[in-house]
Amino acid sequence: MDLMQLTAVELGKKIASGEVSVVEATQAALDRIEKLEPDYNCFVTVDKEGSFAQAETIQKKIDNGELTGPLAGVPVAIKDNMCLEGMLTTCSSKILSNFKPTYTADAVIQLQKAGAVIIGKTNMDEFAMGSTTETSYYGVTKNPWDISRVPGGSSGGSAAAVAAEEVPYALGSDTGGSIRQPAAFCGVTGIKPTYGRVSRYGLIAYGSSLDQIGPLAKDVTDCATILEIISKHDKKDSTSVDREDTDFTSALVDDVKGMKIGIPRDYFGEGIDPDVKEQVLAAAKVLEAKGAIVEEFDLSLVEYAIPAYYIIASAEASSNLERFDGVKYGYRTDSFTDLHNMYKKTRSEGFGAEVKRRIMLGSFVLSSGYYDAYYLKALRTKALIKQAFDRAFETYDVILGPVAPTTALKLGESLSDPLKMYLGDIYTVSVNLAGLPGISLPCGFDKNGMPVGMQLVGNAFDEKTIIRAAYAFERTMSYKRPTTLRERGL
Amino acid sequence: MSKVYETVIGLEVHVELATKTKIFCGCSTEFGGAPNTHTCPVCTGMPGSLPVLNKGVVEKAIAVGLATNCTITQNCKFDRKNYFYPDNPQNYQISQLYYPICRNGKVEIEVNGQKKEIGIHEIHMEEDAGKLVHDACDGASLVDYNRSGVPLIEIVSEPDMRSAEEVIAYLDKLRLIIQYLGASDCKLNEGSMRADVNLSVCEVGAKEFGTRTEMKNLNSFKAIARAIENERERQIALIEDGKEVVQETRRWDDTKGYSYAMRSKEDAQDYRYFPDPDLVSIQISDAWIEEIRGKQPELRAEKQARYKEEYDIPEYDIDILTSSKKMADLFEETIALGAAPKKVSNWLMVETMRLLKEHEMEADELAFSATNLAKLIQLVESKAINGTVAKEVFEKVFAEDIDPEKYVEEHGLKTVNDEGALRKVVEEVIAANPQSVADYRNGKEKAIGFLVGQTMKAMKGKADPGSVNQMLKELL
Repeated sequence: MDLMQLTAVELGKKIASGEVSVVEATQAALDRIEKLEPDYNCFVTVDKEGSFAQAETIQKKIDNGELTGPLAGVPVAIKDNMCLEGMLTTCSSKILSNFKPTYTADAVIQLQKAGAVIIGKTNMDEFAMGSTTETSYYGVTKNPWDISRVPGGSSGGSAAAVAAEEVPYALGSDTGGSIRQPAAFCGVTGIKPTYGRVSRYGLIAYGSSLDQIGPLAKDVTDCATILEIISKHDKKDSTSVDREDTDFTSALVDDVKGMKIGIPRDYFGEGIDPDVKEQVLAAAKVLEAKGAIVEEFDLSLVEYAIPAYYIIASAEASSNLERFDGVKYGYRTDSFTDLHNMYKKTRSEGFGAEVKRRIMLGSFVLSSGYYDAYYLKALRTKALIKQAFDRAFETYDVILGPVAPTTALKLGESLSDPLKMYLGDIYTVSVNLAGLPGISLPCGFDKNGMPVGMQLVGNAFDEKTIIRAAYAFERTMSYKRPTTLRERGL
Repeated sequence: MSKVYETVIGLEVHVELATKTKIFCGCSTEFGGAPNTHTCPVCTGMPGSLPVLNKGVVEKAIAVGLATNCTITQNCKFDRKNYFYPDNPQNYQISQLYYPICRNGKVEIEVNGQKKEIGIHEIHMEEDAGKLVHDACDGASLVDYNRSGVPLIEIVSEPDMRSAEEVIAYLDKLRLIIQYLGASDCKLNEGSMRADVNLSVCEVGAKEFGTRTEMKNLNSFKAIARAIENERERQIALIEDGKEVVQETRRWDDTKGYSYAMRSKEDAQDYRYFPDPDLVSIQISDAWIEEIRGKQPELRAEKQARYKEEYDIPEYDIDILTSSKKMADLFEETIALGAAPKKVSNWLMVETMRLLKEHEMEADELAFSATNLAKLIQLVESKAINGTVAKEVFEKVFAEDIDPEKYVEEHGLKTVNDEGALRKVVEEVIAANPQSVADYRNGKEKAIGFLVGQTMKAMKGKADPGSVNQMLKELL
C-alpha cells in the first residue's frame, strides 16, 4: 500500500517506530505529486530539494530523541496564503507571483517545531476569494472524485491534495467556509477553529475579523492532532487567545450519549439539493442511534448571513489588499507615467476579476455616505447572528447541518453567476460571523457518487464537543478513497 | 468705513511620543540610522504581518490627556484611514476616528496679562509614515521606513484662538506640558512637534464663522506667526474683493513668505475609515487612569511654586528657569550637586541666556551637563579662577561641555594665589607707571583701576582682581 494512503497519525507512528524513514515518506509524497499533479493541479509550488533537506534534519532529531510528536516526519502541504520564509507565497495571484516572504507564519512555525516536512504550497482561489479554486492565477484545481468538477474553495488545493493522497494532511484557511466547503466537496475532514484559536500572524489577510487557519486531513483524529499543534497563543497577533484547553485529542471519544444536537430547520428549506438533505439528516439519525438527543429548531436570521458576510469580508479585504501596490514587493507594471498610473496599472493587471469585484464592493460599503447604511448595518447583523447562536447553545451542545447546499459543481458553472456562488456559502459564513468552531466531515454520497459533507458547529472554544461528535459519527463509516483513484489503480 | 474682522483659529498638533519602540512593533524609534534599518515586517507592511499595540503609547497619551483636563475614553479603538501613498506601507494609516483616547479637555493660556481657556476637542493616537527620498541622480524616489510606525498623538483644539499670539501661547503651553511629562521632546524643527493651522475670518459679531483653510508645513513658532498673519490678510483681501474663500489645504513656504493651495475640499479623499479588525479595543480601567495620574511628574505651575518656596529667587527668574524643561532640569541637577541656587540661577539667567541668543538656539537645545556647571561654580567659589576667566571657561562648557577643572588646569588659568609672586608684579607695575602712581597719591582714586588692569595684564588674567586692588593700596 502506498504510504500516502495512510492518515497522518498512522504515518507518524510508522516513522516513530522506524518502520518508515522520513526520507521515504517525503519521497512517497513527491512521487504521488509528480504522478498526479498534471491531472489535479493542487500545488503552486513544490519544494523538492527543500523537502529532502528538511527530511534529513528531522530524521536526525527523531533518531536522537529530540522529536517525539505524533506528526514528526510527516509531509504536509500549506495553503499558499501562509508566509514561509524564502518560499514563493503567491495567494494564487499574479500580484504576488514573485513574492518570497522574509518570515514564516506562526501556525507553520508550530508545525515545523513538531517536525513536519513542508512539501510545498497549495493552490487556492485568488486571495481566498471564491468557493471553487477557479479564480487562481495558477489554473484550476480539479476534484479528485471527478476531474470535470471543482474541488471547492478557497482551500481547494489543500483539500484536493489530501483527497488525491499527494500529502497526508494540509493547512487551509477559512473566512467564510474555505476549509469546510472544499473538505466536503473532496470527501475529507476539515476544522475551522474558533476565531482567535490559531495565530493569524503570517496569514495573508482576506477578511481579518473572520480568517482562521485550520487543518484538512483524512479523518477527525488527524484534524484534532494537527489542531492541537497549531493552537498556540501568539503575542504577535492581538486577536490570538491564551487558553489551556488545546488538548483536542482528549476529545477523540466514541460517546455521544446525552449530547444535545440541534438541527436548524431553516437550513433545509429552499435551495438545498435533496441528496445532500437526505444524507445529512441520515447522519443525524446515526448520532441519535448512538444516544445523542437530536432536535430541530429555528436558528433564525439565516437569510441575512450572506449579505452581512460579503459586506464585512469585502470591506476588510478592500483595505487589506491596498498594500499590494507595486512599490515594495510583488508584481509591478512594466511601463507607467507617474505614481498613480503605476498604482492603477499594477493593480489592474495584477488582480483577477473576482478580487477586483470584492475590492470595489468593499470600497463602496466603506465610502462616506454609505458606511452607516451598509457596513455598520452588517456589523449589527453580525452581532445579532452571534446572539442567535448564543441562544441556540443555551439549549444545544452541537448544531448539525449541511456544509453546502450542493455537492461539487461542474467546472465553470458558478463563475458565470457570482451571486449563485455566494449563495453556496449560506451554511458556512454565519459560523465565521459568530467566530465559532466548525468541523466538516464526509457523511455520504449523492446520486452522482460525489461526497456529501456534514457540518458540526460548536460554541466558542468548544472544539472538543464537535470533535467528539464527529469522531463518534466517523466510527460508523470507513474512509472512502476517491473512486477515480481506485478505478485507475492509483 | 472699513469692516473689522476677527480671526478664528483652531490647531491640529502632532506630537511624536518618546517611546523606545514603535507603536505596533518592537522596532526602535531612534531618529537617524541608515535607511530601513529600524524596520520589520510590521512597519514595512509585509503581507500577513499584524500590529500589536505598545502599552507605553497608551500611557503617554493618557498622561497628556490628564494634564490637559481631558476625559479619557475608557473603551477606545483604532480605525484604519485608507489612502495610497508610498510612505505609508500598508496604504492605510492606523489612527483613531470613532473613539479617540481623550476628549473634551482645555488648557489655560495667558497673553498680555489676559488669561483665556483653549478647548481641546480630542487627542488621538496614530502611527507616523515613512519618508520619501527623491534621488536626484536617476530621478527615482526611495522610501525609508525607519519613521514608519513611530507613535504620534494628534491634539485637536477647538476653534478658540483669535490671534497669532494666542496660538503661540497655546503651543508653548502644550509643548511645556508634554516636555514636563516626558512624553516627547516637542522639537518643531526636527518634526517631533508639528502644527497645522485651521483659520477663517469673519466680521466681528458675525453669527457664523467664515470658510476655513488648513495650513501645513509650519516648522517654527516664527513661521506659524508669519503664516497666520499672511493667511488672515489673504482671506480678508478675498472677502473685500467680493470673492469667496475656498475650503482647502495650503502649504506655507516660509522663505518666500507665502502659501499655496495643495488640495481643495472637492479633491479631498474619502478615507473610508473603519475599525481596524487586527486590533482589539483598549479597555482603560479607573485604576489604570489613577495609577498614571499618581505618577504624573511635577508640571510647570507646581515647579514654579516650589522654586519660590525652596530657593527664594525672583519670580522673573523662576519664569525663565521653568520656561523649558531642559533648563529647569539643569537648574535642579546643578543644585543637587551642591551649588548654591542663586549662583546656578545667575549662570543660567545671564551667561546661558546670552549665549543662547548669540547662537540663535532654544533652551531645549542646551547640551552641557549639570556636573560641569557645578564644577565651574565651585572653581569660582573657591577663588581658583576669577570672574573673567570663568566666563571664558563657561563658553567652552556651553559649546562643548568640557570639564572646567581639567580645562583650567591644562590651560594654566588658575588664579595665582602666591603672594610673593603677586607682590613682585605689583611692584614692577608701580615702578613702570609713575604718572598713575602720582595721580593716585594726589587723590585720583580712579587711577588705581588702571594699575589693577596693568597688573592683571601682566598676570595674564590669572589673578584675583580683589587681591590685586588690596595689594596696590598697601604698597602705595
